[in-house]
Amino acid sequence: MSDIILETTDLTKHYGGVHALEGANFALKKGEHVAIMGDNGAGKSTFVRQITGVEQRTRGTVKFDGAEVNFAGPIDAREAGIETVFQTLALADDLNVPDNLFLGREKTKWNFLGPFRFLDYKAMRDDTMAGLEKTAVKIPNIKNTIRNMSGGQRQCVAIARTATFASKLTIMDEPTAALGVQETEQVENIIRTLKEQGESLILVSHNMRQVFDLVDRIIVFRRGRIVANLRKEDTDGQDVVAYITGAKTGAEFEGAA
Amino acid sequence: MSDTSQGTGGLAFDKSKRQWPNEINVFGALILIILIFEGLGAAIMGQSFLFDSNGRFDSIFNEARLKIIILQVSIIGIIALGVTQVIISGGIDLSSGSVVGAAAMIAMSFAQVAEVNGSPNPKAVFGPAWMDLPIIVPIFVGLAIGVLAGMVNGMFVAIAKIPPFIATLGMMVSARGVAKWWTSGQPVSFPTESYGMIGGGMMPVVIFVVLAITFHIIMTQTIYGKHTYAIGSNEAAARMSGINVGRHKILVYAIAGMLAGLSAVVLTSKNLTAQSGMGIIYELDAIAMAVIGGVSLAGGRGSIIGTVIGALIFGVIISGFTFLRLDAYYQEMVKGAIIVGAVVLDQWRQQRAAMKA
Repeated sequence: MSDIILETTDLTKHYGGVHALEGANFALKKGEHVAIMGDNGAGKSTFVRQITGVEQRTRGTVKFDGAEVNFAGPIDAREAGIETVFQTLALADDLNVPDNLFLGREKTKWNFLGPFRFLDYKAMRDDTMAGLEKTAVKIPNIKNTIRNMSGGQRQCVAIARTATFASKLTIMDEPTAALGVQETEQVENIIRTLKEQGESLILVSHNMRQVFDLVDRIIVFRRGRIVANLRKEDTDGQDVVAYITGAKTGAEFEGAA
Repeated sequence: MSDTSQGTGGLAFDKSKRQWPNEINVFGALILIILIFEGLGAAIMGQSFLFDSNGRFDSIFNEARLKIIILQVSIIGIIALGVTQVIISGGIDLSSGSVVGAAAMIAMSFAQVAEVNGSPNPKAVFGPAWMDLPIIVPIFVGLAIGVLAGMVNGMFVAIAKIPPFIATLGMMVSARGVAKWWTSGQPVSFPTESYGMIGGGMMPVVIFVVLAITFHIIMTQTIYGKHTYAIGSNEAAARMSGINVGRHKILVYAIAGMLAGLSAVVLTSKNLTAQSGMGIIYELDAIAMAVIGGVSLAGGRGSIIGTVIGALIFGVIISGFTFLRLDAYYQEMVKGAIIVGAVVLDQWRQQRAAMKA
């Protein structure tokens, strides 16, 4: 089973009496692109937060890259190789592109200087250029601060982090929700590039067309439970909507919700 | 190159999005203000503001006035270097003036001579065993007081999560209390000769320039500087990126406190005496220098170079008013207006930048 990059068993999260996520069994193959769909409050973001260590799960196990993991926080998850593009972009507006890519993991020299050790700007710039090239992201001037960039460019920068750090799994939480048509297209193109390069991806999205365009498999959440696991070829938009709204429930998930 | 190509996710190179360093605008403002005073000088006083008109040939500048301007701003400028870092990190430090007072009183007590003109030092704070100490002792004490005050500020901000405005306002009142309590309000005087040399002549300027260069390098080239900008720019993002935000803030406030302490050492050395009222309103002057120099009160933006130019603008304006023989009262009124004006300008700049993006 070494081609499984991520596997969750009975993953559960309760907020007090609210059962936001209940017994999620999920597996992701290496290089596979999976979409997570579902209504607001269905448990999509909760699921992502348990995997990335933003929150601590109530119950269940997470296996990542063959080993069971217990991330204390998102930084642990990132170090293990899970890059997350959050709904709210974790970018510092007043820093430029390389600074943001390397925020919190800067390349430094003269490390004996402790907190005053020097930044290795050249190495970071070179890696940034390589990462942007890999994702085919073009930004007019990487020395511009994020403040002066459009929403699409910002999203591209956030996604380019993944490529720069050779992550094993990328998670995107509604990466195009706030973008215009053209910008959405840019982001989708980057996702296609990641696919070609064999990067594993979990995409949380509300956009049916986008999901059918980009991923191999669709997981549907409803009221905190997984209610469907569909190969793209075996389904269509209407079918997925039926699962999302509760008109249908996958055979193997009968009685779940 | 690929600047104009439209590949995957392609974006055309847009010249209007190229950034213009803010320091150039601030420097332009400095030149403009000097020109205004030159104009007013020619019109009202019939003499030049900064250029020598006394018919001497060794220099075209009015060196005396230039020296006064630079000397005037350098002591508060040292504080402004620390305040700049605090503001860039998204905070504010209102305590620096009072910390100068406390550090001045306590440091000076360790710099006293035992005998003045053959009789015991009339202002002695400690017994003779604590007199005529090596110069390093009062310097260390001054810096330590500053670091201590700064760390307390930082801990209230970072650990107790109190708004920086309130935390440092408390320190502003308390540190002034310490300054008065130390000798029950009596001035502390008669320092050793070596102590008097720290701030003698143009030494305050030299110290200010060396510190400005050092902190310019630190803010632009080191991880400390980068994280300071990151925290002021988006604290949540900084935290999510794994930066220890709390520890970093304590360090920033401690450095600001240390610079206030150092400023106290230079000030007392220059004046050869320490008084509990020293440094009153310095915090606002320092904040004004930073804000005039383009440091955004919203955090994340600004630079040491900007603050240095801001300090020069500040000095030029004060000197200009004196040159025009305006009363000190007017100077204070206008100083307040300048601070508010600089903040209004910053707000306006931010709105314009937001509209462009």
